[in-house]
Amino acid sequence: MKITGLTAVALVFGASVAMAEVVPPKEVKFTEDGAVETPVTTTPGNPANGRKVFAHRKKGNCLACHQNSDMKDLPFHGEIGPSLDGVGDRYSEAELRGIVVNAKKALNPDTIMPAFYKDWGFRRVLKKFQGKSILTAQEVEDVVAYLKTLKE
Amino acid sequence: MKLTRIGAGLAAAIIGLAGMASAEEPEIKKLVIDGVEMTVAAPAPPYLENLDMIYSGWLFRSPETQALELDDFDNPGMVFVEQAQDMFSTPEGTAGKACADCHQLEDFKGLRTVLPRVEDDGKLWTMEDYINKCRTDRMGAKAWKYGGTELTSMVALIGLQSRGMPVNVKIDGPAKPYWEKGKEIFYTRVGQLDMACANCHEDNYGKMIRADRLSQGQINGFPTYRLKNGKLNSVHARFKGCMKNIRAQPYNVGGDEFKALELYIASRGNGLSVETPSVRN
Ligand code: HEC
Ligand code: HEC
Repeated sequence: MKITGLTAVALVFGASVAMAEVVPPKEVKFTEDGAVETPVTTTPGNPANGRKVFAHRKKGNCLACHQNSDMKDLPFHGEIGPSLDGVGDRYSEAELRGIVVNAKKALNPDTIMPAFYKDWGFRRVLKKFQGKSILTAQEVEDVVAYLKTLKE
Repeated sequence: MKLTRIGAGLAAAIIGLAGMASAEEPEIKKLVIDGVEMTVAAPAPPYLENLDMIYSGWLFRSPETQALELDDFDNPGMVFVEQAQDMFSTPEGTAGKACADCHQLEDFKGLRTVLPRVEDDGKLWTMEDYINKCRTDRMGAKAWKYGGTELTSMVALIGLQSRGMPVNVKIDGPAKPYWEKGKEIFYTRVGQLDMACANCHEDNYGKMIRADRLSQGQINGFPTYRLKNGKLNSVHARFKGCMKNIRAQPYNVGGDEFKALELYIASRGNGLSVETPSVRN
């Protein structure tokens, strides 16, 4: 009995330690320049997964609009946005996070670039995407970690 | 003070630049089908504030895809047109009549160029509407599914009679409110990706978006045979596809919003040749 109780406590405690703390999209704080200083999840970004999210057509699909020499192995780099070569030199981590979370705040209010971590305020969203952001908090951090590796 | 002002000025200049259309003009080539030269590039009509020139989607395709439109023997869309030709002379419905009992195909020369248009009932009529009206009211047959292969093939057959003639839809008078509504849809951002038709087809035409080169989204070539799905595609089916790609709930195929959008986009192509049936990827 006693042991069971202890184990249960340990399990719950253990689980809460391992669980990442996530900043929901509506609570993300931007600086005046549109940067986001606090990571949107406490689990550090994984650049290798960020690279996958970047290319994945149903996730970031960043390659649809941006050229990226680090992905020479993949065909069809878009031309809508600037090349992201060296973007890790041009921007700080907080700026990169702001751009990925909501480029309309970080870069240009009229940009075609979607806000990847915003889940409200859109018109006529398809049912299965309603109330959802394009990327999860972890995917945002992963992409930011990947962008930091893009140095000239 | 001085620094702040310079800073603000610079910021304004950068935003100004970024907001500017950065579309790329296509290479102009000649499109001659069956000895008739198509107008694939023309000055933009005066009501298009943001464009100088209008271009057929044909100019933005790869040389291989372009080649498929040069000759009707190579144009895979013609198979559907031939099927429509058979349907044209096949009686259907309780009246026991075929289209051919009332019409000769040549009578339809020029019709494509002016549709959609407002009829006496004040409603906006598409080619699909006219065909289905004949089926239900004059033939006693069932309406064909809007966007379905039969109706879209018949739309192509009738459109073909106007091939080479300039698109010339009316936008004033009773058409005006429909045109305004279509225009509003064209410029309104929708979906989880938060984009408007204009973001891709006005601001960025000529550029690659992943594997596709963006065109101006003109509809002078519709119905279009797409290599991607191997069939003729209606205007509304294309609108629906583009809306789903930006994760927006599409309007209804055959519904009022898409008809208004069809009129508006047709008017953006006033001056281009009817190119029906075109070939795209
Ligand atoms: C539909 C097009 C589109 C998509 C998709 C897109 N972007 Fe962008 N991006 C742009 C455009 C356009 C700009 C230039 C800013 C502007 O519009 O003024 C830009 C700018 C940027 C910049 C700043 C580059 C610089 O040198 O100033 C970064 C970083 C960036 N994007 C990262 C991403 C990442 C990461 C993704 C995917 C998670 C992504 N983008 C997806 C269109 C896009
Ligand atoms: C994210 C970018 C994007 C948006 C937004 C978009 N489209 Fe498209 N559209 C495309 C691509 C890519 C193609 C295929 C290449 C081409 O013809 O431009 C296409 C093709 C088309 C075509 C076919 C053109 C032809 O010559 O066959 C039409 C018509 C069209 N779009 C209309 C629309 C309308 C209407 C909207 C808004 C409801 C819209 N598009 C929104 C990307 C987009």
